[in-house]
Amino acid sequence: MPVKTYRDALKAAMAEEMQRDESVVLLGEDIGVYGGTHLVTNGLIDEFGPKRVIDTPIAENGFTGAAIGMAMTGLKPIVEMMTWNFSFLAADQIIQNAAKLRYFSGGQVSVPLVIRGPNGGGVQLSAQHTHSLEGFYGHFPGLKVVSPATPHDVKGMMLSAIRDPDPVIFLEAGALYGTKGEVEDGDYTVPFGKARVAREGTDISLIGYGRQVNLLLRVADKLAEDGIEGEVIDLRSIRPFDSETIVASVRKTNRAVVVQEQWRWFSVASEVAAIIQEQAFDELDAPVERVSGAEVPAPYARNLELAAFPSEQQIIDAVQRVLYRVATTSATTR
Amino acid sequence: MATTERQGRKSRSTSARKAADRAKANGKEAGQPPRVKNDALLDLYRKMVEVRLFEDAAQRGFRTGKIGGYLHVYSGQEAVATGFLHEYREGDRIITAYRDHAHALLLGSEPKAVMAELYGKGTGLVKGKGGSMHLFDVANGFMGGYGIVGGHIPLGVGMAYSLAYRKTGGIVQLFLGDGAIHNGAFHEAANLAGLWGRDGLNPTLFVIENNQYGMGTSVERSTAMTDLGSKFDSYGIEHEKVDGMDLEAVLDCAHRAAERVRESGKPFAVEALTYRLVPHGAADFLEKYRTKEEIREWRQRDPIGLLERTLLERDAADEDALKAIRETAKARSDEAVQFADESPDPDLTELTTDVYAGEMHVPAAGSGIGE
Ligand SMILES: Cc1ncc(C[n+]2csc(CCOP(=O)(O)OP(=O)(O)O)c2C)c(N)n1
Ligand SMILES: [Mg+2]
Repeated sequence: MPVKTYRDALKAAMAEEMQRDESVVLLGEDIGVYGGTHLVTNGLIDEFGPKRVIDTPIAENGFTGAAIGMAMTGLKPIVEMMTWNFSFLAADQIIQNAAKLRYFSGGQVSVPLVIRGPNGGGVQLSAQHTHSLEGFYGHFPGLKVVSPATPHDVKGMMLSAIRDPDPVIFLEAGALYGTKGEVEDGDYTVPFGKARVAREGTDISLIGYGRQVNLLLRVADKLAEDGIEGEVIDLRSIRPFDSETIVASVRKTNRAVVVQEQWRWFSVASEVAAIIQEQAFDELDAPVERVSGAEVPAPYARNLELAAFPSEQQIIDAVQRVLYRVATTSATTR
Repeated sequence: MATTERQGRKSRSTSARKAADRAKANGKEAGQPPRVKNDALLDLYRKMVEVRLFEDAAQRGFRTGKIGGYLHVYSGQEAVATGFLHEYREGDRIITAYRDHAHALLLGSEPKAVMAELYGKGTGLVKGKGGSMHLFDVANGFMGGYGIVGGHIPLGVGMAYSLAYRKTGGIVQLFLGDGAIHNGAFHEAANLAGLWGRDGLNPTLFVIENNQYGMGTSVERSTAMTDLGSKFDSYGIEHEKVDGMDLEAVLDCAHRAAERVRESGKPFAVEALTYRLVPHGAADFLEKYRTKEEIREWRQRDPIGLLERTLLERDAADEDALKAIRETAKARSDEAVQFADESPDPDLTELTTDVYAGEMHVPAAGSGIGE
């Protein structure tokens, strides 16, 4: 199978669908002439022209709203948020219109819209440019929220996203654009609401998504040296959510640690932990632990930033506690 | 006068020329004596050179991995902030976006503390927490650098209301880019400024740093109405243009504009036509959106080069004096770099301070177990 970067797999999905379907258009800042800030759309303006690859002014609220209007009337727009940090300016359009239009129009209106771009931190962009918004967007009924971690998934999930009749929040991990993996040629889709077992194991379920999946795989390798077999679950999709795969894994391992870069309070990991205790309480041998970012706006300095995100060691420590290999205090209510 | 002669030397009709002509038509009147005396002008030359060399050093710091994140430097635009901030009076407030190093330095921030911030050190202007995009020096009137395009504009308008409400006599200088003007935040805030200014409650001096591009998108590709000053017409705010490469023109315009805002409590806007001689950010190397020739043409109008010629023509300085100024400035920027390099990282306890006023427990990263 051909090997591609995450970036190229993503671009291939969009380009191939644009060839197949004339109603697909791209909008965003500097996606055309400039080539895309992260080069995801590089060259597409040459192939498809400025009517289908629309460079916009810096007006997130306006062009996202306009894309919703396009989606309501026969187009399938893909909006690039240069980074998801700028989506707050468009949040009104996304939440108040895109998410709810089908409902408050009594089903008369569809919004087949994809909003995509890089999300998450790790390169010292500091407070205003570092957010992981899975929990934030995952909160709103009417939106679908996905976070693919591999080149294979990013292509298949982008094709699912474009063909989806509802608005999709497509959260790419900026840190993964250059990572490589096997990607099928041609048309295939990866469905939403289906988690992936990235590594099988029997002793503990390690649950994450996006760039944390690679971190979890590294942790699992380390744990294996110690005789602990971790099962790594890549959620892939935040809403709809695949409780089945999670619960099946916990039934097997009886233990779980959930890892995320975002803040702990009211987060994806909180939801995962709640689902596990609702659906697999009797199977649990220990409380579920959540390993998250520090509850602070992202700092700039390298040492502070490293301290603000979950580390391998923190995950290993959490695993040791959940396996009762170290003394532990009970989970705090903070 | 000098400006006219300088422009007369260039015969080609370039975009740089056109910008200057456009500004002339609206800006300063010919035949006026220079507002700033020679020695003061020489001092402003020194400031501009210090800013340029600081930015050069910052770019080197970025390339060698000492500086992380985003780095946006001001090279080419120095005359704008230098001219406008010359009108700064104690009690004024200054606010801008992320291209903010020059503003901090010109308002009197220590270059060492600014460089240390870029290096992410505990001795930085904001303790290493904000980085290049978030310089603040409230004691010097600098209310900050902001990373979300357009996001700071309403803040500036609110500050102006506050200054007028409290009868402080201060004004706000609100710097924004040509790209930011197409953002909703600008239009909502400008309307408020016009409205509140009708009652003398909005001394905001809007300074549009029109460097022709927002990242890779030119003004022409951003709006069908490229006369950016005219955006203010809708909100009842008067405006003019100035050649932002010509320090004397900026000084003159800034003086009139600041006086008028201070006296009236009403907002006023200036579109300064300038150019970014460097890529948008230090990490950008491809510049598919503009040509080498264009950059070369604008380089002819480098504000520092233009000012040098003026100073020499007027015998305000000779080559040796200018060289001495450049050398001193270089030494200052070297010192700043050395200080930044040798400074300690922020203390790890800083991670969880400044989230709220006073004491409030902030969980650290990890699981929160056993804290
Ligand atoms: C709301 C928002 N959208 C996009 C960006 C990404 N971005 C950073 S700078 C920039 C261009 C801004 O151009 P302009 O206002 O002209 O300022 P300049 O960089 O030219 O000084 C863009 C699009 C951002 N920071 N904030
Ligand atoms: Mg600009």
